[in-house]
Amino acid sequence: MTTKERKRSGAADFFGSLLRKQIFIPIAALLLLAIFNLIADPSFYKITLGYNSAGDPVLSGYLMTILDYGSELAILAIGMTLVTAASGGQDISVGATIAISGSVILRVLCGTNSRPDTLQAPIIVAFLVACVAAMLCGAFNGILVAYFKIQPMVATLILFTAGRSIAAWINNNELPIISDPTFSYFGGFIPGIPIPTPFFIAAACVAVIMLVMKFTNLGLYTQAVGINENSSRLNGLNPAFIKFLTFVILGVCVAVAGLIKVSRLSSINYSVIAKDIEMDAILAVALGGNSLSGGKFNMTASILGAYVIQFLTTTLYKFNVQSDALSAYKAVVVIVLVVLSTPVVRDWFTATFKKIKAGAGRKEAA
Amino acid sequence: MKKKFLAAILTAAMVLGLTACGGSADTAASSDASSADTTETTETAEAADTSASGDLIKVGIINNDPNESGYRTANDKDMKNMFTEANGYEASFAYSLKNDEQITAAQKFIQDGVDYLLLSAADTAGWDSVLKDAQDAGIRVILFDRTIDADESLYEASIVSDMAKEGQTAVDWLKGQNLSEYKIIHLQGVMGSAAQQGRTGALNDAVANDGWTLVTQQTAEWNAEKAQQIVQSVIDSGESFNVIYAENDDMAKGAVAALDKANIPHGVGKDVIVMGFDCNKWALEELLNQNWNYDGQCNPFQASYIDDIIKKIEAGETISEKTIIMDEKGFDASTISQADVDQYGI
Repeated sequence: MTTKERKRSGAADFFGSLLRKQIFIPIAALLLLAIFNLIADPSFYKITLGYNSAGDPVLSGYLMTILDYGSELAILAIGMTLVTAASGGQDISVGATIAISGSVILRVLCGTNSRPDTLQAPIIVAFLVACVAAMLCGAFNGILVAYFKIQPMVATLILFTAGRSIAAWINNNELPIISDPTFSYFGGFIPGIPIPTPFFIAAACVAVIMLVMKFTNLGLYTQAVGINENSSRLNGLNPAFIKFLTFVILGVCVAVAGLIKVSRLSSINYSVIAKDIEMDAILAVALGGNSLSGGKFNMTASILGAYVIQFLTTTLYKFNVQSDALSAYKAVVVIVLVVLSTPVVRDWFTATFKKIKAGAGRKEAA
Repeated sequence: MKKKFLAAILTAAMVLGLTACGGSADTAASSDASSADTTETTETAEAADTSASGDLIKVGIINNDPNESGYRTANDKDMKNMFTEANGYEASFAYSLKNDEQITAAQKFIQDGVDYLLLSAADTAGWDSVLKDAQDAGIRVILFDRTIDADESLYEASIVSDMAKEGQTAVDWLKGQNLSEYKIIHLQGVMGSAAQQGRTGALNDAVANDGWTLVTQQTAEWNAEKAQQIVQSVIDSGESFNVIYAENDDMAKGAVAALDKANIPHGVGKDVIVMGFDCNKWALEELLNQNWNYDGQCNPFQASYIDDIIKKIEAGETISEKTIIMDEKGFDASTISQADVDQYGI
């Protein structure tokens, strides 16, 4: 074998193994979108430093928009990945529980007056109360799924249908508005820092979950339960509790996302806040190449998947695609990606690479 | 291998199923809510039968989800305050944002034998057959807030806001601003709704006739978040604009949030003119603070008009006008007063 050939077969091997890697899918999708935008209009990547109306420096541009709006999706993707891995199903109530937790935050901050001049409670207290509320919702879903063995999608359908009405009920159907500027920092910018705050919040969440996965067995146990519940039980795990736990963790993620959502506008609209976000969160998990029927998962890929979805959304907005047609485009992407991620297609790719390699070898020999 | 393939196919099917679920599950939600509501009211009906006399007028009210917007909340409150037992009514309510569910609710009310069917249709089309059923059953139909594409003989009266007129008033006001150029970001409501069609129609005419430019024309589906993203996208693209024509207050609010982020001055005497509709109290306050320029009223208080009509019909009078258009104004930030905010804010 000549060195040249070895190099070539090395490259084929490299691509072959890359194709089999899970994170390949979101990265490929990201690259595809990035290259498309680069060719179509390079100004997509322009980032400018400006000042917002409060006089604070802010970076703006499409990339910043992606970091900004993709962040709550990334946070939700963390929880959704765990739920998917452990239970083999998805929580479709996250949008409604965001409405609930957002409503709780506003309720605590506003007290009984829907338009207070000053905050009635510190923001951190409101957030913690919302965390508890969202964790309770998660626990409710978790109990139904883990202990009553109800299909996750069916179990979470309850809150999906009732959640927004509960959210409205929490605030007596009023639409509170918060005038305090500090509250808008979470969905906007902290004075002096030109990068959108949601990105930092998402980064913090990612750091926390990565540390948890590194120092605890959460990741391992979740996968074990997802792959085979019975054998994990025989190995001394408590599958029901782990499923329950994943739903509670998703609850925390929902509370964080809810804080960002209500902070963006310092207000809430119960029927449209975080509308259809559950679909995007599930899409992020799918885009990350994770099996939606549970088992092994790759957290990084899911988080990347979330930003890819926002990348796609922002690209479509840029090209003035009618916003009610966005979901159709997303559906196309899902179909393509899911098909690409199937073992059949991957095996075909690997076999093709092998053939090329073999062909190259034969040529060299001749 | 085969199993894996099967799993993959199932996954694909699930994702597809999910996207499909998006809409229909929502439906389940509201029909749940409506059925819960109707059972509630039947209970009160029984109570009424045993205690009070039987000459309450039975009305079935089909409305959109009261959480949809401040307008709807005010409208629903107004209806609930008017159609009480104290006022001689026995009311059942059904809520949905979906036309097919509203039709199902209407069929249910017809079976229940209500005297009047009050309807705020989610969509303009598809009501003929169910309204004919109502007519055959001797039920009188009164439309409120929204018109439908059906023969006039099928209903007694319709009390509506003239959305086209609302749009025209707003566009006339905008024309009156005598800007040297008009570059408009147009945020539309849910496509197909009467409010969207009326308010879009007037603007489209002006764009065609007066050489105005639409920088972008997108539906944000009454949703502030979506509006914020759409305006953000225009700002990111670096295109210039000087008017935001949002078809409701929520979307105007989302647009303004994006403007604030990019430090684009808006309001009276500033770079960008902000226009909204519906006259929410907080929106009128924005006008009062000169942050927005214009807000078009959409009057949600139809209950007293409906009450009038029912009283007339019960007294055997005839209704002279089928279509009753409510009085509506447009507010200009430079002339609005606190009294206006208190009186017209919803």
